[in-house]
Amino acid sequence: MTVYANPGTPGAKVTFKPRYENWINGGWVKPVKGQYFEDISPVNGKPFAEVARGTAEDIELALDAAHRAAPAWGKTTATERAAVLNKIADVIDANKELLAVAETWDNGKPIREPLNADLPLASDHFRYFAAAIRSQDGDHAELDNDTVSYQFHEPLGVVGQIIPWNFPILMAVWKLAPALAAGNAIVMKPAEQTPVSIMVLIELIGDILPPGVLNIVNGFGLEAGKPLASSPRIRKIAFTGETTTGRLILQYASANIIPATVELGGKSANIFFSDVAQEQDSFYDKAQEGFVLFAFNQGEVCTAPSRALLQKPIYESFLGSAIERTRKAIQGNPLDTDTQVGAQASNDQLEKILSYIDIGKQEGARLALGGERVDLGGELSGGYYVQPTIFEGNNKMRIFQEEIFGPVLAVTSFSDYEDAISIANDNLYGLGAGVWSRNGNVAYRAGRDIHAGRVWVNNYHHYPAGAAFGGYKSSGIGRENNKLALGHYQQTKNLLVSYSEKPLGFF
Amino acid sequence: MTIECESNLKGQAMSPAAPALTTVIAAVTIPGETTPRVEFTPAAVGTLRELWSEVGPLMFHQSGGCCDGSSPMCFPAGEFITSDRDVLLGRLDIAPAGETAQVVDFWMSAEQFEYWSHTFLTVDLVPGRGSGFSLEAPRGVRFLIRSRLMDSFG
Repeated sequence: MTVYANPGTPGAKVTFKPRYENWINGGWVKPVKGQYFEDISPVNGKPFAEVARGTAEDIELALDAAHRAAPAWGKTTATERAAVLNKIADVIDANKELLAVAETWDNGKPIREPLNADLPLASDHFRYFAAAIRSQDGDHAELDNDTVSYQFHEPLGVVGQIIPWNFPILMAVWKLAPALAAGNAIVMKPAEQTPVSIMVLIELIGDILPPGVLNIVNGFGLEAGKPLASSPRIRKIAFTGETTTGRLILQYASANIIPATVELGGKSANIFFSDVAQEQDSFYDKAQEGFVLFAFNQGEVCTAPSRALLQKPIYESFLGSAIERTRKAIQGNPLDTDTQVGAQASNDQLEKILSYIDIGKQEGARLALGGERVDLGGELSGGYYVQPTIFEGNNKMRIFQEEIFGPVLAVTSFSDYEDAISIANDNLYGLGAGVWSRNGNVAYRAGRDIHAGRVWVNNYHHYPAGAAFGGYKSSGIGRENNKLALGHYQQTKNLLVSYSEKPLGFF
Repeated sequence: MTIECESNLKGQAMSPAAPALTTVIAAVTIPGETTPRVEFTPAAVGTLRELWSEVGPLMFHQSGGCCDGSSPMCFPAGEFITSDRDVLLGRLDIAPAGETAQVVDFWMSAEQFEYWSHTFLTVDLVPGRGSGFSLEAPRGVRFLIRSRLMDSFG
């Protein structure tokens, strides 16, 4: 067990600056209006740094820098850009503990997660796109003996990206890596709940990138997000967040006739067929863990398996064991490597989760575990902690239909295969799902029949670079985490070339 | 159904001249219904009046999905383009009694309403940090939905 020192205390891996300006043109730039807001750590509910409260004026400065940088960056070779991405990956690896402490302090997540997941995935993500851009070919077609159609991938130019607060660094990297690999310059706006850890990262990697290629402006949605998303000076906007803002982003994009990718969350079903309990073996143990993964990252995951569907014959026994396993989850100081459940990212998030626990009870769901805010005492007393919570109910209840974004699981039973698929698909969203079965045919068919962009079969919550990630239905548009994402940051240039000496003969 | 109109004024810092803050209950807007579906708490009304005085007419669209999903998003009226695929759940006049009406429309997507229609929504205000593009975020407060079961469907 290791307990990392609080940032800024003796022995700490990271000491935050008292104030973070915007990052524009390769350096710190004060916000034009001179306004700042406080970043609050969910670990203890206390402010720890001031952050630039960017406005339209700052977005314009960032866009100026991006437009200056984009032409030259877009002309670099794939080899050169891949080298840059690989250097960034090396820096992330070399500073893993520093970044992990910063991420935990900003977001509240238990530090074992950034150490073992967020940051290794982030560096690997850069390496994946370094490889992907080098291996990407254009194509050509010999249309007739004298006519050849060549297709080239060209960068879009300057793109905007708005990222969420649940994995502040990793979600930024999911968007940054393909955009940079494809040769675009970027203006990014982090989430206002977690604006600092990404600035700690840019401080480390800033000098690897040419000035202006990556610009980061902090601030609030309507003040900084809207001027970015609605700007006629971007050629694409990418957003991860909720549906109303997603629609707003798409509306802004339509006004400028630019492409938009939006990842808007889900309400993922995690389906356990009876044969899972055929043996009390390692696979059964794995499936039990797969159930408890609803509490991973405090449930603040777009694909959190927050609906568990258990086949009737195993309902009582599987659920009983899983509740006991969940009860043992260690909730505590997020900087302790033994801690499994940390803090929710913000106070309003905490309040929202508690409001859903309330509606769950009102709707008649049975509270099987948890259901309360937790006061961890001492210096953590002001932090935003919620017990892992398990409800039993039916799929029409709101706790089964809405993404609570907390450690709250809704469990129900199903009779047969058709019933399982019907319940899983009875939802507005289609981002993720899980299927657990020892029968490969059942697992395969279920994976194909569920209307979701990612179905984990006999595992959950793996996010390896290379596996396409994105939503069906109201969960959004676009794919990340795979070379497909390059296409969201490129446009196609067709050169249609005639090698004939003869006139067409029309005039 | 019964509607509780208790005035939740605890902790409200009010100057003597400030108009009283009371719960505002929506006018019914769904054809064929007779029961309101939405209300604003006094704390929400206070912040909405301040926002109205700064940016003018306001609207809400109820969000869903990731991150700050399930939160009500407050925009300048018309900022968010609604369509036939949205339901107007109610219209709420936040103006002090006797003054010119300040009507805030509360919208939700039709597909989301199918799953929410059995619950009455109270828009409250809590300390918080965001997010999305909702107008109140820079003030360090956040509109929050509290729900209770509708007694009947009108």
